[in-house]
Order: sequence, then structure tokens, then C-alpha cells
Amino acid sequence: MTSLAYSRTRRSVGEQAVRYGLFAAAAVSIVTTTLIILSLLRETIAFFGDVPLGDFLFGTKWTPLLGGDQQSFGVIPLLTGTLYLTAIGLVVAIPLGLLAAIYLSEYAPQRVRRVVKPVLELLAGVPTIVFGYFALVFFTPEVLRGVFGLEVNQFNALSAGIILGLLVLPTIASVAEDALSAVPASLREGAFGLGASKLQVSLRVVFPAALSGVVAALILGASRAVGETVIILVAGGQVARLGTDPTVGYQSMAAFIAATSRGDIPTGSIKFETIFVVGMALFVMTLALNAVSIRLVNRYRQVYE
Amino acid sequence: MTGAQIAAAARTRTSVLPRPSTGSRVADFAFRAVMYLSIAVGFIGLGAILYDVASDGLPRLSWEFLTNFPSRIIPERSGIQSALVGTLYLMAICAALVVPLGVATAIYLEEYADRRRWFNRLIEVNIQNLAAVPSVVYGILGLAFIVRGPLSMGRVLLAGGITLSLLVLPVVIIVAREAIRAVPPSIREGSMALGATQWQTIWKQVLPGSIAGIATGVILALSRAIGETAPLLIIGAAVSPRFNPSGLFDSFTALPIQIFSWTTDADREFVSAAAGAILVLMVLLVLMNSIAIFLRNRYEQKW
Repeated sequence: MTSLAYSRTRRSVGEQAVRYGLFAAAAVSIVTTTLIILSLLRETIAFFGDVPLGDFLFGTKWTPLLGGDQQSFGVIPLLTGTLYLTAIGLVVAIPLGLLAAIYLSEYAPQRVRRVVKPVLELLAGVPTIVFGYFALVFFTPEVLRGVFGLEVNQFNALSAGIILGLLVLPTIASVAEDALSAVPASLREGAFGLGASKLQVSLRVVFPAALSGVVAALILGASRAVGETVIILVAGGQVARLGTDPTVGYQSMAAFIAATSRGDIPTGSIKFETIFVVGMALFVMTLALNAVSIRLVNRYRQVYE
Repeated sequence: MTGAQIAAAARTRTSVLPRPSTGSRVADFAFRAVMYLSIAVGFIGLGAILYDVASDGLPRLSWEFLTNFPSRIIPERSGIQSALVGTLYLMAICAALVVPLGVATAIYLEEYADRRRWFNRLIEVNIQNLAAVPSVVYGILGLAFIVRGPLSMGRVLLAGGITLSLLVLPVVIIVAREAIRAVPPSIREGSMALGATQWQTIWKQVLPGSIAGIATGVILALSRAIGETAPLLIIGAAVSPRFNPSGLFDSFTALPIQIFSWTTDADREFVSAAAGAILVLMVLLVLMNSIAIFLRNRYEQKW
């Protein structure tokens, strides 16, 4: 009996150790988030020791890398540039993504789904630098200038925005399709029973029933577009400017960070701090979008599962 | 209508319901057309990317392209050895860090965590959020804590590997959790009823039963890691080095960085080299995804 009791304790000690070990691994994600916030916060506070908050939030000139009188820290051009590029991307990606989602969920025969879904996944798996290459080397010269005869600069918002839309399209299509597919068949059958056509069932029954999930898909797409770096860095230009002319380039927040930080900026310099301030703004924006999106997804899961 | 009339109507029209109006048939047709168009845009986009990269890059592919180092002076003799070696090293570091951490976290959340505890819910929500944090932010974290600050490693291979690992960790956790959840409770109950402890049950029953799904998740995560450009730019990967990293604490570059610097080079002679490097990267990604599909088909458990 004693030996059994002994082995039991030893076993339970081992079991406890495993449990704590696994918990420690799970805690790494919490540590990561904490470190992200700490690193952003520290330099952001240092930044606002040098630059008044009002100048940053409401200033309309972003030239932190210039010297002397030329230097200015108004974030408005970066913010509007980010939103402008995102908007162009979403104008492309939202209708296409949602139509693709409705097709896959409501119309496509099994055989077609088995081909179309992997192709969209493939598109989602292409590295963003490849999209950037495509925008700069092919889409701007061959399509925008060649096919459409537009007089666009080498770096322009139209090319970067449209290709950004192509990048986001599979994300929106796949999340929205999940939401549409989660709508129970009984709703469709009821509507068909009342004599509704396929189109009416898709647009007036299934789509509204899946609305929270569909909105989540759109927000997730927006969040990806806001945070996307390389396409804009390569094809969108590196000038932070105000305006709405799609034929010239704009800088986004993420692209500014990647363009400015190449590892050789001295720690503690104002240039170093700007990377973190812009990073903080970007982090807060995407966090807000993601939080809303996750909430909406969890809601439709609760309703239908 | 008499029964015979209805039967006749059913034969000719397939439906006894009133025939849809012309307007609704046109709407239905138009809607189908725009749906096909949307799918077509995705296909054409992917096709155009592949065609463009292949036509620019295929002429460049050769053994010399793989084994030469990048050259500033002679674009046509530039190669990708240092970038390819760097990418393979980064992949190995990520695999070594992400597999134990990701799988352990997934096991904890699925098998141990009590969802009524606030910190367990916090971990879950936190991972969902981390999965959607832009990659530049991870680059900033790497710069502030790994390259400089507390760890102060400098702009070295290990710093890049850790940064990318943190970036793709949520992907591994989310996919591994799904794989573990797919193992039915009856397997666990049977094992426990035979006297196995919880950990023995996990190690001998649950993990072998979910290994295919976990491996798929790890491969997906690694293929995301080797395609990332922004975080490596931010922490300061070397530009076109003419040497391979000699160890974990040496400077490095990777394929996306090499592609980026060639794509943005003012000398347009480098464009074909960029396309060639993209092709190599894409071949690597296709290989990894084929392995994932093979594993899923070969080892996936049907319960």
C-alpha cells in the first residue's frame, strides 16, 4: 500500500509540473503583448516629451527626417494616406470578396468549390513582396499606363491600392463564406418553401442572417489593409502627402515605419522615437478593428452553433 | 386546374409555382454574371502574377543564380546564395521555437485551461488579437527588445528568427487547437479509465491523434514566416551580403529582403534577378504546402 501511495504522489507531482510547464508556454503570448505595449509606450512617452501632442495629432506636415526648421511631426498626411490607400483597396476587395463568398456558399456546385477555394487560398499565401513587385513592375506600367492609358507616376495610389485590394480579397471572401455557410439550412428551405427565388434567398435571407459575420470579414479586411506594409512601400511611394489624386504616391503609417527603420538609427534619437509613435497609432487602430471583428465572429458562432 | 392539367404543367415547366417574372430572371442572370466575374478577378490576378514573375524570372534561373552571391557591379551575375541560406536558417530557428511553444500552448488551452478563470480567457482573446497584429509591429518589438534593449543581440540571425517566431506563433496555436479539439472525448475517457494520467493520455493518445493537423499548422506558419519582409527590414537585415551567416549571432539576409532590395533598386537591370528570386521563394512555398497536403491526406485520423 505504501508503495502505491508513494507512486501516486510522484505521479501527481509530475502531472503538476507538466501543467505548470504548459501554462508557462501559454503565458508567452501574454508576455509578447505586454512587451509590444511596453516598447511602444516607452518611446511614445519620450516622443511627446519633445513634440507637443497637438502638433502630432493636428499637424498637416510630416517631415520628421528633415533637419532644422524643415522638421515637422504632423501625423495627418500619414493617417490620410493610410486611409486613402485602404479605401481604394476596400473598394476593390469588398464587392469582389462578398460576391465570391456568396457564390461559394450558395451557388457553387461541390466540384467547382473544390477548385475555387484552393485557388483563393493560394492567392492568400503569396508573399506580400510578390504583390509589391507585381504592382510596380507589371500593374503600373503594363495595365494602368498600357491598357488604360492613364498618366500615373511610377509610384501611385491607384496601383498600390488596387493590388492591396487583390491581397485582401481572399481574406474577406473566406471569412464571409464561413459566416454565410453557418446560416442553418432551415432558413433557406423556409424561404424557398414560400416561393422565393435563389437570388432572393441569398440576398434577403442568408446575407442578412449572416450580417455580423460578414461585417467581421470586412473589418478584418480593413485591418489587414491598414497594416500592410510592403506593397505600399514598393509601389505606393515614400512621400507623406495630403490629397486625393490617385495618380501620385502616398506614404502609409506602416510603410513609413519600414522605410525609416533599417536598423541603423541611433536609439533615443527623435527619428527612432517617431517609428514607435507611428507604430503605436497603427497598433491602436488595428487593435480596435480586430477587437470589433472578433466580437462579431464570436456572436454569430453563438447564435448558430 | 384539374389534376391532369397540373400534371401537364409539371411536365412542361418543372415547377407548378408561377413562372418567375422576366425582371427577376434578368436579375438572377446578372447576379450570376457578376459573381463569376468576381471569382474570375481572383483567378486572373493570381494568373497574371505567376505569368509576370515567370516570364521575367525564368531566364535567370540557373545553378549560378542559386550559388552566386549578390553583386552590385554585374547585375547579370548576381545570385541568391546568402539570401537562400538565410531563409533556410530562419525556417529552422522558427521551427525549433514555434513547435514546442505553440503545441504546448494549444495543449494547455484545450486540455487544462478552465475557461471560467479570467486569465485563461485573457490568454485566448490575446492570441486571437495577436494573430491580427500587423507584422511591422512585431518588427518594432524585435528592434526594441531583441536587437537592442534588454537582449541587445544586434542585427543577427537569431534576432530575426525570434521575431518571426513570435509573429507566426498565434497561427500554430490556433491550428493546433483545432486539431486537438478534433480528437473525440471518448478517446481520452477510455485512456483515463484504463488508469492513465492526464499527461499520459495527452502524450500517448491525443497528440498522436492530432499530429497531422498540428504538422499542417506548423508548415503553414513556417511558410508565412519565410515570406515576411517588413519585420526583417525593421530589425535591420543586411542588404545583399556577399557571405552566409556563420552562426546564430552573425548578420543575415533572407529571400524577401533580397527581392525587396532588387525590386526597389534604381538600376532596372536587377528586376529580372528579383523575379528569379521570387520564383525560388514560390517554389519553396509550393513544396512546403505540398508536404502539408500530403501529411493531411496520409495521416489525418477519421474518428
